[in-house]
Amino acid sequence: MPFRSLTDIQAQLHAGETTAVQVAQLYLDRIAQYNDDLNAFVHIDPENVLAQAEASDAYRKEHDARPLEGLPIAVKDIFCTQNGPTRCCSNILEDFEAPYDAHVITRLKEAGAVLVGKTNMDEFAMGSSNETSAFGGVQNPWNTDCIPGGSSGGSAAAVAAGLTPAALGTDTGGSIRQPAALTGLVGLKPTYGRVSRRGIIAFASSLDQAGPMTRTVKDTAMLTSVMIGHDAGDATSVADAPNFDWLKACEGRDMKGLKIGKPKEYFIDGMDKEVRAQVEAALTQCEALGAEIVDISLPHTEYAVAAYYVIAPSEASTNLSRYDAVRFGHRCDNPEDLEDMYARSRDEGFGAEVKRRILTGTFALSSGYYDAYYLKAQKVRTLISQDFKEAFEQVDIIATPTSPVPAFKSGEKTDDPITMYLSDIFTIAVNLAGLPALSQPCGFSQDLPVGLQWIAPAWQEDTILAAASAYENATDWHTKSPVKFGGEA
Amino acid sequence: MDIDVKKIANLSRIRLTDVEAADLAPQLSSIMGYIDKLSEVNTDGVPPTAHPHDVAMPQRADVVTNPSRRDALQQPAPRTESGLYVVPKVLE
Repeated sequence: MPFRSLTDIQAQLHAGETTAVQVAQLYLDRIAQYNDDLNAFVHIDPENVLAQAEASDAYRKEHDARPLEGLPIAVKDIFCTQNGPTRCCSNILEDFEAPYDAHVITRLKEAGAVLVGKTNMDEFAMGSSNETSAFGGVQNPWNTDCIPGGSSGGSAAAVAAGLTPAALGTDTGGSIRQPAALTGLVGLKPTYGRVSRRGIIAFASSLDQAGPMTRTVKDTAMLTSVMIGHDAGDATSVADAPNFDWLKACEGRDMKGLKIGKPKEYFIDGMDKEVRAQVEAALTQCEALGAEIVDISLPHTEYAVAAYYVIAPSEASTNLSRYDAVRFGHRCDNPEDLEDMYARSRDEGFGAEVKRRILTGTFALSSGYYDAYYLKAQKVRTLISQDFKEAFEQVDIIATPTSPVPAFKSGEKTDDPITMYLSDIFTIAVNLAGLPALSQPCGFSQDLPVGLQWIAPAWQEDTILAAASAYENATDWHTKSPVKFGGEA
Repeated sequence: MDIDVKKIANLSRIRLTDVEAADLAPQLSSIMGYIDKLSEVNTDGVPPTAHPHDVAMPQRADVVTNPSRRDALQQPAPRTESGLYVVPKVLE
């Protein structure tokens, strides 16, 4: 049971072979047993979880089951959830309790999901290893000396270790896909504008999207189909977005006629040799399934990280100005005056990486530098989008490695910000272009999972789901789970 | 690149200790040095991205849709009094 998919658990619930309370209890027991080893959850309220499960079982007796009836879902600490803490793993939100639920949380509740707790993350989602969390790092279930990736590292570790069958993450520069890759999961960043950002603590508003982290492609489709939809409460939520049947999109069993682009800029010197070999083997398998592999170029790829580290910190420096110790969040003791209150509260509340990003963004936006940095980066962003548009005139979908390396050791990259930033070299361009992308497991390097990334044109998640389903059906990487936590490798 | 960290920190309303400022200065210089890569790209005539998709800003009817939830929304504030946020004295 612990490593079963949502769809398997759903079938058991529908057949009356188990109850939502039994399912919830199983995962609560596993959290109690293993969370100290992983630090994946930063908040668990077992009584509340069981109450939700009881309510779901009662609902099922009287009504037709809702789309996620009784299914446990863990939630990254970046989503506002009422009746409990929402801290974004930052000391500046030490005592914060959200006065409303995020739009996505409301959707999940209305669909009958059981929310199992808040998962650990890099502070304000700023990190690629989960090591910037105010609650400490998270261990990778495949090797507890390694990081699980970030920033949705707690969600990744929780699903990978079978502490929950699925979790929500957010992705600003790879924060769903990179940890999914590093822990052997499926993770989707939907098209920008598909999922409402209301009630998701803002990092970089033009890049942030929420999405699921699951064991199978179909689970990802099922969960996303509940999360999406227009929300008038988010001005960037797109009305009339093209839509399709998300579960039907997962019925792909071959790739006949599919043109897969293989961009040369994503298969480079310096990446892990075994990662490259596994991804290339996956593409060979896709050919066997009927796909045509087309060599393509995305020439501005090498500038994506630089553009991102102007745009994301600039937006973050603006978004995080709301932490002013007036309306919510940490306030320092005995402020001398208003300025002292702002400056000292923010120094005490923010961690080192968050300060680095706020300062980078403030500098890039400051008088005399705006044109050279922010405006320049937004122009390069246009060129990166154009690269994808031109590529999609030749191919239906693009396949790349999700991360250039498998999970690295804790502490290995914390001293040098640039080295850490380059962890997201293969995921960042997708956010800049607002495209959908999914990572799925495609092998192992040094006994650690390797991720295959699929990128499609805007609103064409169905193309991704079809290809990823066909690949998943032909392989068994998604059935592996870490032995140390009771799984089968 | 020489960056006046204390000045930027002041603009950011973050009071850095001297030790923090000394640590951050070389890090910011190295980050901005990496970002200078952007100057290699010819962007003549390229419009800056304003939104990832070509969509119009949505509009809604100009009517009140949200109920008054002052008490709930002020609940997380460090200090309030009579429905107002309390801060250190601004005017003598």
